[in-house]
Amino acid sequence: MKKILSLAVMMLSLHSYAEDAPITALGKLDSYQNVKNAATPRRSIAIEHWQTTNGAKTLFVQADELPMVDVRVLFNAGSARDGDKFGLASLVSRMLDEGTTTRTTDQISASFENIGASFSASAYRDMFVLDLRVLSQEDYLPTAVEVFTDVMARPSFPEVAFKRIFEGAQVGQQQRQQSPSAQASILFYQHLYGEHPYAHPSHGTPDTLKKITIDDLKQFHQQYFVANNATIAIVGNINAVRAQQISEQISQALATGQAAPALTKVTPLAKALHKHLAFPSQQTHITIGQATLRRDNPDYEALYVGNEILGGGGFGSILMKELREKRGLTYGVYSSFAPMQAEGPFIINLSTRNEQAQEALTLIRSHLKEFLKTGITEQQLQAAKDNILGSFPLSTSSNSSILAYLGSMGFYNLPLDYLDSFNQRINNVTTEQVKTAFRKHLNPDKMLTVTVGQGVTVAKK
Amino acid sequence: MVVMRKHWLFALLWSPLSVMAATTHEFRLDNGLKVVVREDQRSPVVVAQVWYKIGSSYEQFGSTGLSHALEHMMFKGTAKVPTGEFSRLVSHLGGEDNAFTASDYTAYYQLYSNTRLPLALELEADRMVNLTLDETEFKQEIKVVMEERRQRTDDNPQGLAFERFQSLALLTTPSRNPTIGWMSDLNNMKIDDLRRWYQTWYAPNNATLVVVGDVKVDEVKQLANQYFAQIPAQTLPNIAVPKEVPLIGERQLSLELPAKVANLYLGFNVPSLTSAQNPKDVYALRMLLGVLDEGLSARLESRLVREKRILSAVNSGYSPFKRGDTLLTITAIPAEGYSLDDAKAAILAEINALKTEAISDDELKKVYAGILADDVFSQDSISSQANQIGMMESVGLSWRTLDEFSANLKTITTEDIRQAAQQWLVPANMTTLQLKPTALVVGEVK
Repeated sequence: MKKILSLAVMMLSLHSYAEDAPITALGKLDSYQNVKNAATPRRSIAIEHWQTTNGAKTLFVQADELPMVDVRVLFNAGSARDGDKFGLASLVSRMLDEGTTTRTTDQISASFENIGASFSASAYRDMFVLDLRVLSQEDYLPTAVEVFTDVMARPSFPEVAFKRIFEGAQVGQQQRQQSPSAQASILFYQHLYGEHPYAHPSHGTPDTLKKITIDDLKQFHQQYFVANNATIAIVGNINAVRAQQISEQISQALATGQAAPALTKVTPLAKALHKHLAFPSQQTHITIGQATLRRDNPDYEALYVGNEILGGGGFGSILMKELREKRGLTYGVYSSFAPMQAEGPFIINLSTRNEQAQEALTLIRSHLKEFLKTGITEQQLQAAKDNILGSFPLSTSSNSSILAYLGSMGFYNLPLDYLDSFNQRINNVTTEQVKTAFRKHLNPDKMLTVTVGQGVTVAKK
Repeated sequence: MVVMRKHWLFALLWSPLSVMAATTHEFRLDNGLKVVVREDQRSPVVVAQVWYKIGSSYEQFGSTGLSHALEHMMFKGTAKVPTGEFSRLVSHLGGEDNAFTASDYTAYYQLYSNTRLPLALELEADRMVNLTLDETEFKQEIKVVMEERRQRTDDNPQGLAFERFQSLALLTTPSRNPTIGWMSDLNNMKIDDLRRWYQTWYAPNNATLVVVGDVKVDEVKQLANQYFAQIPAQTLPNIAVPKEVPLIGERQLSLELPAKVANLYLGFNVPSLTSAQNPKDVYALRMLLGVLDEGLSARLESRLVREKRILSAVNSGYSPFKRGDTLLTITAIPAEGYSLDDAKAAILAEINALKTEAISDDELKKVYAGILADDVFSQDSISSQANQIGMMESVGLSWRTLDEFSANLKTITTEDIRQAAQQWLVPANMTTLQLKPTALVVGEVK
C-alpha cells in the first residue's frame, strides 16, 4: 500500500497544477474565427406569477409552439418531513394514484391513459413533486387536470393497495442492497447527517417502512398538502387566464394550511471520518464530502463556477483529467454542490477497480487540498465562465427545462429575475471569491469518506 | 467516451410526429453523406449529430466491443485537434458533446447555441477522416472502457443477466453481442483492430448528418458542403440484414449470482420493420405490446401486478426500428410468495389469452392515444427529435417512416393482434432467463 501511495504522490507532482496549455486547435479551425465572437442569443422567457386565493405560489410561462401543457406541483414535504417514520413521504408518493374518495386505481390510470396523459409523483429530501403532462386540446386538458387534482388532494390510501405498495417498496430496498453505488450513497448521507432529517434515505429502510401505517400517510398528507405549502409551475400553450384557472382549481382543492417550518441547521462533522463497507464487487465506490450549502447562500455562484473547474465540468475538469484521462482509473469522477433548504452536501464520487481504489482516493484528496490551497487562475475562471454562460440557452430550450426552473425558483424563493440576472451573477465571480468561498465551505480535515467494495482498508484508530 | 448505450429493452418506442412545430429537409452530398435538417425555431439552439452505420451487430465473434472502443478513441485527437482538446473546445464555446454506441449505430453529438454550428460541423468532418489512433492513448483508454464495463455490467446483477439473456435470445445473429464487448475481447483488443474498423466504416457514404434547431436548411447545406464534400466516398463491405434462424427452438438459462432480487427475462424472436416480410406483423406486434403492458391500465399491470399480485414489477419492450430481427421482451420480478416459475406461467397465460380472447376496442384506442401523445411530447427536446431521425436513417429506414407509422398502427385490428400473437409468441421463438439470487455476503460497516 505504501508503494502505491508514494507513487501516486510522485505522479501528482509531475503532472498537476500546471496551467492548462492553450487550445492549439483554435488557430487551425477555419470556423473558429467566425463563431467565437458571435453573441449568444437568448430565448426570451416571460415568467408570470401570482398567488392563488388561498395562498399557493404560481409561476407560469406561455409556450405556444407545441400543443401540450406541463403542470408541476411542489410541496415542502420531502423525506426531511418523515419524522421517525423513514420512508413516509415516499410511500405517500406511491399511494396517491392508488385511489381517491371517488376513483379506483383502475379508473385513475385509465383516465390518464385514455387521453395519453402522464402522471408521476416523487419524494426527494426537500421536495415532494407531482407532475402532469398532457395534450392541450380542450377535450383532454380539463379531464387531466381534474383527475390530477383529485389524486393530489383527495387520496383515499386504500388498505388493499397499501400491502402491495409496501411489498414493492421492500423489493426496492433489496435492489439497493445489491448495488454498491446505492449502498455508498445511503452510508454517505447517514454518517454525514447523523441526527438531521437528511440522514435517512428518502425511500426509508426495510425496518422503518414496517412501522408506517395508513393513518401516518393520511396525517402526513393532511399536514403538508396544503396551499400555503405549495408551489405550482405551469408551462405550455395556454394563456395566463387559463393557467390562472388551473392554478385555482388545484389550489382550491387544498386546505389553506401552513407552510412547513424551517429545517434545523446541520451539525458539521467535528473531524474527518471514514466508513467502509466490504462488498463483493469488482469495483470500490468512493464518496467524499461535507454538508455545507443552503440554497440561499450568497456564495453559491462562486462555488458553482469553481466546481466546474474542479470536477463539475465533465471532461475538462481537474479530477476528470487526472483520474480518467491521464491514468484510466475510472469511467467518470464528478464533484458537485447540492444546495438545499438546510445545508446540502458537497460530494465527490467515483468507482474504480478494487486494486486501484487506494490510489484513486489518495489522488482525489491531494487534488482537493491543492485546489483549496492554490485556488484558480484567471484563465481557468474565464474558461468556466465561457462554458456556463455559453451553455445557458441550452438550459432553457425545452418546456421541461423551463418547468424545472420555475419549480425550483418557487420552491426555494429565488427572485423572479433569477434567469435574467444569471449572466450577470456568473460574470461577477472573481478568482478571489472562488478561493475564499471554497476555503470557507470546505475543509478536508472534516470530511466524510465512504468506501464500498473490496479495495480500501480503513486505518484503525 | 460515455456510452449511453440504448438497450432496446428500455428504449422508447419511437413514433411519428403528428403535429409538427418544425419542417424537415433532406439532401445528399456527392460523396454519399446523407443530411437531414429539421428547422425548429422555438429556441436559439442547435444539435448537430453524425451517425455512423456501425455498431456491435456488425462485430465478429472474438472482437466484440470494437465499435464502442472506437467511439472512445474518437475523442483522442486528430492532427488539427490534439487529444484532450475536443471537449475543451466545445466547452469553451458553451457546448455539450458526447457520443453513444448501440448495436446498429455509433452517434456523436454537439449541442450549442445556434451560432456555433459551423464549428460543430468542422470538428465532425475532421474526425471522420483524420483520427490519430495513438497506441499509448489507446492503452490508457481501454482501461477506462473496462472500468465502464465493471461499473455498468459486472457489478450489476441485472446488467449481467441482460447481457447473457440477449446472447441466448438472439442466438444466430451478431445482434447478440454486448455493445460494450466481452471482457476477454477487451483484453485482446489492439490499436490496429480499431484502425481497421475506422478505415472500413467511417466514411461519408456510411454516415448521416442530422441537424435540428434554430437553423436554416440553406445554411446547413452550405456548411455541409464546405466541410464534408471533399471527404471521398469509399467502398463499403456488403453486409446482409441479420436474420435469425426461424423457430430455432425454446431456450432457457438459469443464472445464479450473489444478489437480492430474483428476475425473470422472457424474449420472443420477432421481426423489425427492416426484416419483416410483411410490415403489418410489425404494426400488430407494436399494438400488441401496448395492450399487454403499456401503462398502469394495461393487462400485465392491472391483472398480474394489481389484481392477482403475482408480479411485483413488470416491464416490456419492442423496438420495431432495428437493423434485422429483434426481440419482444418482458422482464418481471415475482411478488412475495411467488416463484420465478409462477411469474413465467402467469405471463404466458396472459400471452396465450391474446391468442384466444377478444381484445376490446377501448384497449386499442387507449394504446393509440398514448402513441399520439408521445409523438407530441417527444418534440419538446431537439436532441430526442435528432435521435429519432438519426436512428431511423441508421437502421436503413427513413425519418419519413416515422410520419407514417402512427397512421399504419391505426389500421391494426384486434384480429391482427391475435394473428401476430399466434404466429410469433410461440415456444420455439422463446428464450427464458431466470436470475436466481445466491447469498450476497456484505460486511459490517467499519
